[in-house]
Amino acid sequence: MPTIIYIDHQGTERPTEVKTGLTVMEGAIKHNIPGIDADCGGACACATCHVYVDAAWTDKVGKPSAMEESMLDFAEGVEPNSRLSCQIKVTDDLDGLRVTTPETQH
Amino acid sequence: MSVSEARGIVIVGAGHAGGACAAFLRQYGFAGPVTLVGEEPVPPYQRPPLSKAWLKGEADAASLALRPESFYAESAITLRLSTRVERIDRAAKAVALQGGETLPYDRLILATGRRARRIPLPGADLDGVLELRTAADADRLKAALASPGRTLAVIGGGYIGLEAAASARALGAEAVVIEKEPRVLARVACETLSTFFQAYHRQKGVSFELGAGVDAVEGRDGRAVGVRLSDGRLIEADAVLIGVGAVANDELAKDAGLECDNGIVVDLLGRTADPAVYAIGDCTRRPLPHYDRIGHLESVPNALEQAKQVASDITGRAPPPPEVPWFWSDQYDLKLQIAGLPHDATQTVIRGDPAPTLGAARFAVFHLTADDRVQAVEAINAAPEFMAGRQLIASRKSVAPSRLRDMSLSMKEVAA
Repeated sequence: MPTIIYIDHQGTERPTEVKTGLTVMEGAIKHNIPGIDADCGGACACATCHVYVDAAWTDKVGKPSAMEESMLDFAEGVEPNSRLSCQIKVTDDLDGLRVTTPETQH
Repeated sequence: MSVSEARGIVIVGAGHAGGACAAFLRQYGFAGPVTLVGEEPVPPYQRPPLSKAWLKGEADAASLALRPESFYAESAITLRLSTRVERIDRAAKAVALQGGETLPYDRLILATGRRARRIPLPGADLDGVLELRTAADADRLKAALASPGRTLAVIGGGYIGLEAAASARALGAEAVVIEKEPRVLARVACETLSTFFQAYHRQKGVSFELGAGVDAVEGRDGRAVGVRLSDGRLIEADAVLIGVGAVANDELAKDAGLECDNGIVVDLLGRTADPAVYAIGDCTRRPLPHYDRIGHLESVPNALEQAKQVASDITGRAPPPPEVPWFWSDQYDLKLQIAGLPHDATQTVIRGDPAPTLGAARFAVFHLTADDRVQAVEAINAAPEFMAGRQLIASRKSVAPSRLRDMSLSMKEVAA
């Protein structure tokens, strides 16, 4: 099972095994990782699962869709490496992925 | 205030609000006992997919679950499933379970939700007459639509009805929506949206009976065979879904002498008048800070917001900032996102073209006060309008309707 490393805004790392096929958001929610709210349950409707993808991983993770981009446009504290974690599917290629959660999702 | 006493926290209702609140209590460092009591036989799950991905067979039980079952044991949260609470004894600080057992509490959190409204309709007890609130309800509906050539009649053109009709079409079934008002979504959306959804659904093969009274569900050998309209016509169907709203499960609170008014009355920290009793989620009636009134919100964001308010209050954390209420619905390739409530709105502004063009619909309806403040936005496949609308509602800034309408300006520019 791939390991995703969730890092909170204070730098605490939480390496978590996430089943392939789940999203990075689902992996966080199922393991009660703080910092990801996911109010809409993964419908790309709320932008409360915002994460920063570690620079070494941005290419592997890929680009956001147009829908995701327009949601991100209005989220707080967006950076070029911002993604909505409900739109990142976990694959074996993403074993070791590092994502940092913002201080607040609202 | 901190709670460290040995009795701990009892949460009544293992839905989205109750499950999330238990998880937030642990996230926020509460170390005492937490017991989550639920009537349903399964741990907390997400209800929104029941009329959508779950019904269409695109989601499995694991993805529906709020947390994996192992989470509760790992987090020392005691799950008491298939368990009904009979009574709250506020003086003794204990709840009585069906069967005689009592659970003492230091803090009680009521997260009892709502149940589908039942209407006194002849034939409503026939086999094949369904409601949609729980996973078990959804499984019955899915089974009723499983074989080819089925027809689903939906009584009630609200979100549940329209989402179920869309899912029925995706499963290859026929769908007829029967609504007593002259338009669908009459209570929950503006007329532009109703017109749009009716036209879109019709193109997808759903038929509508609008402004139609219902006299009875007709049956044969104990099974529903159709819906008899007030004008005498029979709408034949293999299954009848009744989706006419929901009522708060506030009886426990009422019987315990807590103030209820179509929902358990709470403040912005989820507190009732009893400092040991909180209520969260669909079952509450709560202040709506952006609208200077109280009301009830039936939504996951509200359940999570109130779960955080209560978990914060109990663990002595600063309360979360107030959120603009918001809602969403998925039907076919349409993503509807609504922010705010149209209270005190006197004008509507349409941005984009509300034509029901299959595969290319995209527009938003803004609801403004007389002094041009955005109170609500309804957005179809229009995320920027939704997100900017949410910010405008929160900021109370006035915005010229001509700018909202102007598609040559981005929503970032409009909201700036």
